[in-house]
Amino acid sequence: MPETLIFYLLSGLAILTSALVIGQRNPMYSVMLLIASFGALAGLYVTLDAPFVAVAQIIIYAGAIMVLFLFVVMLLNAPHEDGAEWDRAHPLRQPGVGRFGALLALLLVVQLAWALLRTGSVDVPVTGAVDAETISSVRLVGRTLFTDYVFAFEATSILILVAMVGAVVLAHREGDRG
Amino acid sequence: MIPLGHYLIVSAILFAIGTCGVFLRRNLITILLSIEIMLNAVNLTFIAFARQHGSVDGQIIVFFVMTVAAAEAAVGLAIVIGLFRHRESLNPDAFTLLKW
Repeated sequence: MPETLIFYLLSGLAILTSALVIGQRNPMYSVMLLIASFGALAGLYVTLDAPFVAVAQIIIYAGAIMVLFLFVVMLLNAPHEDGAEWDRAHPLRQPGVGRFGALLALLLVVQLAWALLRTGSVDVPVTGAVDAETISSVRLVGRTLFTDYVFAFEATSILILVAMVGAVVLAHREGDRG
Repeated sequence: MIPLGHYLIVSAILFAIGTCGVFLRRNLITILLSIEIMLNAVNLTFIAFARQHGSVDGQIIVFFVMTVAAAEAAVGLAIVIGLFRHRESLNPDAFTLLKW
C-alpha cells in the first residue's frame, strides 16, 4: 500500500522534526527543522486532497513566516539560552521540573488519544465519503471563500493592517525621528 | 485506506510537542516556534475532517489560521526585538517588570 507507507513516512518525519525543534539549543537549527516539519505537513495535505492548502503552507509558512523568524534570529544574534547566575539558581531550572513537564505533555497525548479513540467514526477511512475531484477543486475553494466567508475574508485584511502597524510601532526605536 | 483517527493522533502528538516546548523552553523565539507547531497540528485536524466530510469549509478555516499565524508572528517578533533591546536577553524569566 503506497498511501499507507507515504502517510507513515510523512507523519513520522513531521513528528521527528517537531520534536527536534524543541530539543535544539540553537534557535537557527530550530527554525530550519521547523521548515522541514512544515514540508512534511504539506505532503500530508496533498494525501488529504488539499493541494491548494499544501501550496499555501509552503509559500506562506515555510516561505514567509519562517524567513521572518530567520531574520529575527540573525538580527538578535543570541544563539544560546543564557546561563546567568540568577537563572541557574531559578527554581524552574531544577532537573526534576523538566521531567515533570515532559510527563505532563505525555499525559496530554494519552488523554487526547483516549478521547479520540472513544468517539465514533475515527475508524472510517478519510477518503471514503466523497471523490477526490470535488474536494481538491481550487475553483470550489475560491467560490466558498468569496461567497460564504467574504465577511471573514475582509475582516482578515483589517487584521493584517493592524498587525503591520503594530509591528512597526513596537519595533520602532525610541528617539528615532521619522 | 488510512482511517481518520490516525491523522487525529498525529495531530495530537504534534500539539503535545508544541505544548511541551512552550512549557519547557526558556527562549522566546523557540516558544514562538512551538506556538507555530500547535497551530499546524490544529490545521492538520481541520484538513482531515474537511476531507472526511467532503466540504471545503475546513480548508477555508486553515487559510484564516495561517493569516492569524502570520499576524501573530509579526507582532510577537516585534515584541521580542523590543524586549531584547531593553534586557539583552531572550529568557522569559528576565522580564519581571510586571511581576508583583
